[in-house]
Amino acid sequence: MAKVARLARLDIADTDITHFTEQLAKVMVHFRDVDALDLSAVEPMTQPYPLVNVLRADEEQPCLDRDEVLAAAPSAEDGRFRVPPIIGLVD
Amino acid sequence: MATIPTTAARIADAVRAKEVSASEVVEHHLNVIAQRDGDINAFNLVTAEIARDTAKRIDTAIASGNNVGVLAGVPIAIKDNMCTRGVPTTCSSNMLAGWKPPYDATVITTLNAAGAVMVGKTNLDEFAMGSSTENSAFGPTRNPLDTSRVPGGSSGGSAAAVAAGFAPVSLGSDTGGSIRQPAALCGVVGVKPTYGRVSRYGLVAFASSLDQIGPFATTVDDAALITEVIAGHDPKDSTSIPQPVPSLRAAAREGVQGMRIGRVTDLPEGAEPEVAARLDEAFAALEKAGAHIVDVTLPSLSYALTAYYLIAPAEASSNLARYDGVRYGLRTPAADTNAMYGATRAAGFGDEVKRRIMLGTYALSAGYYDAYYGKALKVRRLISDDFERAYTQADVVLMPTSPMVAFPFGDKVDDPMSMYLCDIYTIPTNLAGHPAMSVPFGAGAHGLPVGVQVLAPALGEVPMFRVGGALEEAAGAR
Repeated sequence: MAKVARLARLDIADTDITHFTEQLAKVMVHFRDVDALDLSAVEPMTQPYPLVNVLRADEEQPCLDRDEVLAAAPSAEDGRFRVPPIIGLVD
Repeated sequence: MATIPTTAARIADAVRAKEVSASEVVEHHLNVIAQRDGDINAFNLVTAEIARDTAKRIDTAIASGNNVGVLAGVPIAIKDNMCTRGVPTTCSSNMLAGWKPPYDATVITTLNAAGAVMVGKTNLDEFAMGSSTENSAFGPTRNPLDTSRVPGGSSGGSAAAVAAGFAPVSLGSDTGGSIRQPAALCGVVGVKPTYGRVSRYGLVAFASSLDQIGPFATTVDDAALITEVIAGHDPKDSTSIPQPVPSLRAAAREGVQGMRIGRVTDLPEGAEPEVAARLDEAFAALEKAGAHIVDVTLPSLSYALTAYYLIAPAEASSNLARYDGVRYGLRTPAADTNAMYGATRAAGFGDEVKRRIMLGTYALSAGYYDAYYGKALKVRRLISDDFERAYTQADVVLMPTSPMVAFPFGDKVDDPMSMYLCDIYTIPTNLAGHPAMSVPFGAGAHGLPVGVQVLAPALGEVPMFRVGGALEEAAGAR
């Protein structure tokens, strides 16, 4: 579960990891019923309806107001989102 | 002041006929909210000033003889996971506390055009994950019928708002029962339309292949009215169905003469005896009204809960990846971006959201994808096939909405599996993408309301509302 938390970008304390692991183990126990089914001939269903690509006409349309979008950001500068350094400090 | 009608349909009629002004209607509801929402906590935000301004605009339009729409002056409460431009939309999460969306959800635009008056944003389980509205960063909502008990969830605030008379109607979202279960526990009508019937544009995504917006109301007629208004094709939602919306209000008055009502003979057990008894009485009432009861089987239903609790968290873990402290919401400062992600997400999400993100991440991770997520998707197909077979024999299927009546606070909060079991009868509908509605039908343990659920095939809102209307009539006659 510590690895899963890392994959999910969640900083979770070790004590909480133990707690979550116990709770999720109880949920996963129920999966044994499904595991026992022979599903080799069954097609997976990802959506209620077969999805097709929906395209719109290639015409200019109004979009979100940039200032309004950036006003809701934790940090913005010169019309862009501002973030801490991306390269060089990762362990 | 004139008497304020109690239903949305009658309010709209009275406002258009100038028997009462939209402003009077809004003031009445704001007063009820001010008197009682301190105890109930249905709202994360009461938008009193916006509501007064909207009502004034409608009254001015009526005075000028302009067209004001079918919901003229109807107060409506909106679940706080639907985007409202410039008005905080929090999903009851610290992650989005104070966030003001730069756009309106399509349902908000549609309701505005119809003359509805938003009175506030309602509480929910954080990011709509829960069945009790206890998992809110802003405190739980209480059931107006017994404030020591939960209102159900995740749309508990919207259900409680209607049950408490804060608004005649409200909107919720339903991913695994989040409209129907709280409707049942609060004694109101709740509708989950067919997947794709109502645009999800601007609904904060939880599990995109399962989410659907729908109404709460005190009457089946009002639920039909709101569904008619919000349903319809939206080019902004690629899963929106390009089909016309039939008259559902007419369907609700049509009766059930000659209809085939499916009784599931292999329904998973677990319903309280009073809930099972009300369901039996519902079958008897429909038979008396001219319907035929037919036995159907749904053999894969017992696997639905397991499949759902892999599919929904898997989709959620992907959808909630967007909360990274960059574009909106909370940011916890850190030395680099990667550390900022982990710290922000740990600080912003509550425990249930973290649990589901971890469950979903696990189910999708390398080496486990086929074993868990892949198998769950195959079970989803089995359930869909079961329904397809059942609907060759029956027009609709009747089930309990919730296995239990409203339960006390804290009853299930530390045991995720017992909370998940609340959704056992509602989840199959979402997996199949079908419509279903909950109609109050008598009382169960402690005199608390029981909901009977009407399930119908995809785009089967007409037969669903026919049966819903008949159940309401029978319940009223009891």
